[in-house]
Amino acid sequence: MSAPAFIPKNRYRRRRDYFRCFCWIAAVIIIFLLGLIIDEIFTKALPAIRHFGWHFLTSSEWRPNRDLYGVLPMLFGTAVSSLLALLLALPLGLAVALFLSENFLPRPLRQLMRMIVEMLAATPSVVYGLWGIFTLVPLVQHYGEIVVHHCGWIPFLHGPAYGNSLLTASLVLALMVLPTIAAISRASLVAIPETLREGAYALGATRWETITRVLLPYAAPGIVAASILAFGRAMGETMAVAMLIGNSQRLTLSIFSPSNTLSALLANQFSEAEGLQINALMYAAFILILLTLGTNIIGELVLRRTQRALGGGS
Amino acid sequence: MMIPHSNPPHHFFSNHEKKTSFLRLWSNQLLTTLCVLFSFFTLVPLFSLLYLLIHKGLPLLHFSVFTKLPPPPGLHGGGFGNAIIGTITMVGIATLLSAPIGILGAIYISEYAPHSSLTATVRFIAKLLTGIPSIICGAFAFALVVLHTGQFSALAGGAALSILMLPTILLTSEQALMGVPSSYRDASYGLGATPFQTIWRIVLPEALPAMMMGMMLAVARAAGETAPVLFTALFSQQWASSIMEPTASLSVLIYNFSALPYHYQVQMAWTASLVLVAMVTGTNILAQLLFRRKFQ
Repeated sequence: MSAPAFIPKNRYRRRRDYFRCFCWIAAVIIIFLLGLIIDEIFTKALPAIRHFGWHFLTSSEWRPNRDLYGVLPMLFGTAVSSLLALLLALPLGLAVALFLSENFLPRPLRQLMRMIVEMLAATPSVVYGLWGIFTLVPLVQHYGEIVVHHCGWIPFLHGPAYGNSLLTASLVLALMVLPTIAAISRASLVAIPETLREGAYALGATRWETITRVLLPYAAPGIVAASILAFGRAMGETMAVAMLIGNSQRLTLSIFSPSNTLSALLANQFSEAEGLQINALMYAAFILILLTLGTNIIGELVLRRTQRALGGGS
Repeated sequence: MMIPHSNPPHHFFSNHEKKTSFLRLWSNQLLTTLCVLFSFFTLVPLFSLLYLLIHKGLPLLHFSVFTKLPPPPGLHGGGFGNAIIGTITMVGIATLLSAPIGILGAIYISEYAPHSSLTATVRFIAKLLTGIPSIICGAFAFALVVLHTGQFSALAGGAALSILMLPTILLTSEQALMGVPSSYRDASYGLGATPFQTIWRIVLPEALPAMMMGMMLAVARAAGETAPVLFTALFSQQWASSIMEPTASLSVLIYNFSALPYHYQVQMAWTASLVLVAMVTGTNILAQLLFRRKFQ
């Protein structure tokens, strides 16, 4: 695909290819952009990093009026809401991926399902938030009270139950990462050589014996990659979470109580921040970027490995 | 391949085998049903969302919402004309900033050096950039533009959105360029064309529809984003007169109004959501209609 080496050295060739230079510059800009983002946020966070150090991660005080900042509750909220979202979305996402790659129902219906998943992916985050305020918040409030009443003794389920809670945010996050899980899992299911399936059928396996014992184990690395990437996406998701999680700065361990995430913290406080608070928020952004970047690097590497194992792939 | 088969005679299986085979077939049916049910379960939220959008958004949807300014908290009337203009302005700025870099970068990694280590790096970094949380783009633009110019502006919002769009444009453009058969390039080089002539006259025209489609998908995604513009462009109750002042956008309007205790403002948030979803979905569908034909 590149310019072949046997091009005759005519007058065009001898002239410098300025267009190539422009293209090269653009490519290099993309590489430097990631570095620039990290560097810029790190520089702005530096005063807070110097001031608070590691204590920033272990303190649960966020009091702008006294210039005391710690993000332990937000770290907890980010981790738990993303994990819970992943647990909820994984079975559904896998079911959708299987639905799209198997022939349970005729093609038009599968096409419809595909369109719907694409629409779920294209819906703006803020609209999910608005929808959540009207549907999920009352639902969680209502059923939360029942659960707390009967199973309040179980850890993480104690009351009182609020509508704007960790669980509400997790539910909407699950909906938002579902398309990611479904799309990547489907791609790795479709990439399985047809001979494996035929072999399993020839040995007398039923459809689901083939799926659970042949197809899913073969696609497992791709599904793992999908989960990791979805987890990264859930950690960075902002608006819907900020509208539903209740934005409490206190560390609470129940999924029915208001909580906060790193991204929701940034969304809520940045526009009115001043002085050291800006630096503290940049520190929080720096932690968020490290978390999501780390997760994404692992996810991409796993995905790359599975694609190599499957011999190319998309 | 369907192999015609008749039912085996009933003494073919022993009684024990008959039982297990019944169990196997039954669990097979059960799992199929579960899988289809789970899949259709994902429809429930979407239909609920669409129903609410239409049910709550439609009553206030008049022509005047496109031309009037947002009502102050607690008051009735008005619209969100400035927010629509603001969203379009910022997405426009973002496209102007990101499209040239994305497309030129894609040309480099697909045409000039498809197998170099630089290309592998660019591709990997672009994949990572797609995973950067949108709020981080906002924080970056805040640090880079807002803190330097000393004010919230449409330019800062556009810059934040451009970082969001860049990797999408790069990766879809690369896909589009890779979709051009290499025999076209071989023929062009065979006729003595330079790499620049080959790219400019042969490859780009062929890849253009798919590239435009990728760009429109990126535009649609950026138009719906809130987090990057929330504290870079902020919000404004007025018509914007330049790109160097706080600017309203549809998504931030929805966010602000949804938190207000006034029924009318919440209704307006739903109407704005309806318009935003229509804009985003419309751009998506238009992209598919206009450009998919050649792509597939």
